Amino acid sequence: MNDWIDIAALSDIPRLGARVVKTATVEIAVFRTAQDTVFALKDVCPHRGGPLSQGIVHGNTVTCPLHNWKIDLASGEANAPDEGCTRTYPIKVENGRVYLGDARRQAA
Amino acid sequence: MQRERLVLIGNGMAGVRTVEELLKLAPDLYDITVFGAEPYPNYNRIMLSPVLAGEKAVDDIILNGRDWYAENAITLKTADPIVRIDRVARKVIAASGAEQPYDRLLIATGSTPFIIPVPGHDKDGVIGFRDIADVEKMLETAGRFKNAVVIGGGLLGLEAANGLIKNGMNVTVAHLLDSLMERQLDKPAAALLKATLESRGLNFRMGAQTAEIVGNGRVQAVRFADGGTVDADLVVMAVGIRPNFSLAREAGIHCERGIMVSDTMQTFDPRVYAVGECVQHRGVCYGLVAPLFDQAKVAANHLANYGIARYEGSVTSTKLKVTGIDLFSAGEFNEGEGDETLVLQDPAAGIYKKLVLRDNRIKGAVMYGDTLDGAWYFQLLREGTDVSAFRRTLLFGQHDLGDSGHGDAARIAALGPEAEICGCNGVRKGQIVDAIVKKGLFTLEEVRAHTKASSSCGSCTGLVESLLASTVGEGYSAAPSKKPLCGCAEHSHDEIIAGIKEHGLKTMAAVRRHFAWRTEDGCARCRPALNYYLLSRWPGEYRDDAQSRFINERAHGNIQRDGTYSVVPRMFGGLCTPSDLRAIADACDKYQVPEMKVTGGQRIDMFGVKKEDLPAMWKDLTEAGLVSGHAYGKALRTVKTCAGKTWCRFGVQDSTGLGVKIEQMTWGSWMPHKFKAAVSGCPRNCAEATIKDFGVVCVDSGYELHIGGNGGIKVRVTDRLCKVETEEQVLEYGAAFIQKYREEAHYLERTAPWVERVGLQTIKDALSDEAERKALAERFLHSQTFAQIDPWKARADGAEAHEFRKIEIAVA
Ligand code: SRM
Ligand SMILES: Cc1cc2nc3c(=O)[nH]c(=O)nc-3n(C[C@H](O)[C@H](O)[C@H](O)COP(=O)(O)OP(=O)(O)OC[C@H]3O[C@@H](n4cnc5c(N)ncnc54)[C@H](O)[C@@H]3O)c2cc1C
Ligand code: SF4
Ligand code: FES
Repeated sequence: MNDWIDIAALSDIPRLGARVVKTATVEIAVFRTAQDTVFALKDVCPHRGGPLSQGIVHGNTVTCPLHNWKIDLASGEANAPDEGCTRTYPIKVENGRVYLGDARRQAA
Repeated sequence: MQRERLVLIGNGMAGVRTVEELLKLAPDLYDITVFGAEPYPNYNRIMLSPVLAGEKAVDDIILNGRDWYAENAITLKTADPIVRIDRVARKVIAASGAEQPYDRLLIATGSTPFIIPVPGHDKDGVIGFRDIADVEKMLETAGRFKNAVVIGGGLLGLEAANGLIKNGMNVTVAHLLDSLMERQLDKPAAALLKATLESRGLNFRMGAQTAEIVGNGRVQAVRFADGGTVDADLVVMAVGIRPNFSLAREAGIHCERGIMVSDTMQTFDPRVYAVGECVQHRGVCYGLVAPLFDQAKVAANHLANYGIARYEGSVTSTKLKVTGIDLFSAGEFNEGEGDETLVLQDPAAGIYKKLVLRDNRIKGAVMYGDTLDGAWYFQLLREGTDVSAFRRTLLFGQHDLGDSGHGDAARIAALGPEAEICGCNGVRKGQIVDAIVKKGLFTLEEVRAHTKASSSCGSCTGLVESLLASTVGEGYSAAPSKKPLCGCAEHSHDEIIAGIKEHGLKTMAAVRRHFAWRTEDGCARCRPALNYYLLSRWPGEYRDDAQSRFINERAHGNIQRDGTYSVVPRMFGGLCTPSDLRAIADACDKYQVPEMKVTGGQRIDMFGVKKEDLPAMWKDLTEAGLVSGHAYGKALRTVKTCAGKTWCRFGVQDSTGLGVKIEQMTWGSWMPHKFKAAVSGCPRNCAEATIKDFGVVCVDSGYELHIGGNGGIKVRVTDRLCKVETEEQVLEYGAAFIQKYREEAHYLERTAPWVERVGLQTIKDALSDEAERKALAERFLHSQTFAQIDPWKARADGAEAHEFRKIEIAVA
């Protein structure tokens, strides 16, 4: 259980929007889709580092605000023809709360 | 629900075009039944000449095959003419005895060739030139016999004669007058044409009145009033057409020379519409497709219950479709009293051009041998352009206005986007170029399919091919995509804009449902567009959707390459006070703004602000009375001004004060794209008003209004809209222009490409109509009552707070 960190209520994240979770080392974008699925990606676009959290969310994709790359929220992969991948983080919703997987354990 | 029943009598060019237009507007409104006398689906009658000349096959000229009728759930009955209309029982009765009830009826029975009732006119071998059956008969005769006489030296007669010669016949054209095509050509041009045709082996008998068709059972010769005879195994009568309205007249519908219709294409029975060659509109019966297609659009508009279109008659132009002969004619080409004529004659090169001018405006044109500028002259004619400024070089064509010209391609390149390329379908150069660029078209066939250009008479094919050649490969396109709106949808911007209005769609979900979106919540392209369309259509009702806005508009700042933001407060008309500047300076200190700059829009930009700091910084600025400059938005940006009358030694009006008023009226309004305005105090134009979306240049006697300019990637100088006398009028025209743009342009289309797409004239017409102008301006001001809320103040007061706060956690 200690592996999961309670970060926010689901309702704190706007539908089809995102919030930024700031840790000591990294900024993570937490997205919420129209179906209330949540995803967590490093808030850095594989293209030129744009803040993905500021993009437009549609389906399970976010369009980067800087040059319109489309990044798959589940895999972190850029849609073809662009190539690149952003790190994903484990995330889950339980009883209306959003939990982020502990990144240290992830990395290990 | 039971659908209304629409019956079309006449499966020809005008009738079926009406149905096509109707399906575009209201695909599900009617159960449609079409009756045609001919055994074919809808075909391109114009192309019968090339079929006869062996340049095309019948299959090539089918416009809509039977599968098209099936796909659109239209019942098609061919080879079954209607013999009676029962207006009381509201049904039609066909020759086969079949009956079909209707709620609305469309008559498009075309016309029939006039057969001169001389003795022997009913003999075997005497025909008209109207349909596939006639062509087949001619081809069959040409295979077995030698001599043909074509009676009538007009357009149709000459095309028939040309076709018969190509089929190996010995052809004589008998013409009543002493000059060919007298309705389209003056004598010198007609003489050139006659010489060319004679050199191809055609014989002429001019001033020849037909007296008798001789033969016994089958035609053997034609005898003329002067006693001479010419041997003939085939006689083609091409002396004119008669509108085909007996069916309508027998049903008690008022007819004169054709079925009488109003500007809405309705007959005297409001359930019954009529289009095409069978109608008479404002005293005119037309015999070319371009006007009929205009009629079709209007009829479809009313059948679709839109009820807004009016047909007001057409000016027509003609080309002869004989391969290798270039001939163009339009308007009144025989000068009347007081008219002037400009003539260019080069007999050795076979070129003749004549323009008839009245009050320095083109009234008519005849061209032979070099018709490339026909489209340009026709445009000048229809728009009534005063040509005095370039009169001396007018005859040399449009390319001569600019640089030295490099042959045909340069001349086509010189045509403006408004120039009509395809006269039949009213397709302009801009539309074709647009389609080629946006839809990635590469072949003539694709251009035909997408624009209809060159799909009727084909005489503009050369022009279209040149356009293809000059356009393909040119990568840059300034305007946004046209059709469909994005990958999620099949419909175009225009269809969606219209749908939101017609069907009262008020949420994004409703739009997506109505237009059968392929994705649940759209994409980054369509969401901002829909959000804008809904916001501008339903001001005060539709709630802006933050998640459908590009980050700049969501955060009300401009995102920078490093993820920070820039902040630009509004300085109305570029004016500022010491306390404004002090507030800006204080904010820069407090939030450690790394750089400040005076922008090209006459205000100050503060770069590199952290997103978290934005709300507090805005709070300080709004407390000092500064509102957002919308420097980030598809919105009104700035109104640039110059020093003007107050200070400047040349200024003739208060340009600064007027600029402030314009900005006060327009700030906060969302637009399809960014929108910039400027006011210059005199024609020296220091505020660069002539490259703005809306520019005002002050003159001694008032204000010159300019629209559709921009700097940027592709500079476009404004078009002059009009001159007005008071500041109130400037504001009214400005508001009306903006509102028209807001209501009609595609999202991400700036005024410059929009003006080019819809045509300056359309905008001028709308704004010069006082009632329409006032209504537009009023709608704009109404929508502004909801829009002029400073987004910074709202955010500073806590709106969308989550947007700006990060969630901080200790671990990881
Ligand atoms: C700040 C400013 C430059 C300056 O320091 O002077 C500026 C900055 C930007 N311009 Fe501009 N433009 C600025 C005046 C202009 C002007 C001059 C003018 O308005 O008189 C032009 C040419 C005139 C015109 O637009 O007709 C101009 C033509 C563009 C274009 C090209 C538009 C086009 O149709 O081709 C873009 C690109 C776009 O909008 O897609 C653009 C886009 C941009 C953006 C917003 C790029 C972006 O999307 O991030 C730049 C934001 C910089 C930033 O990070 O803050 N900017 N830009 C000017 C702000 C004026 C203001 O106070 O609001
Ligand atoms: C050889 C030729 C060349 C031409 N070249 C050109 C050109 O270059 N440029 C140009 O602009 N125009 C040209 N035209 C003229 C153009 O084809 C006509 O203006 C156009 O076809 C008229 O359209 P419409 O629908 O009014 O009539 P039509 O196309 O004739 O259609 C009417 C249809 O109604 C059918 N019909 C009639 N009565 C009944 C009934 N009672 N029941 C059922 N069906 C009925 C007819 O059989 C016909 O199929 C040319 C015409 C011909 C014949
Ligand atoms: S435009 Fe005219 S009024 Fe304005 S500064 Fe220039 S000269 Fe002066
Ligand atoms: S940084 Fe994301 S698309 Fe360029």
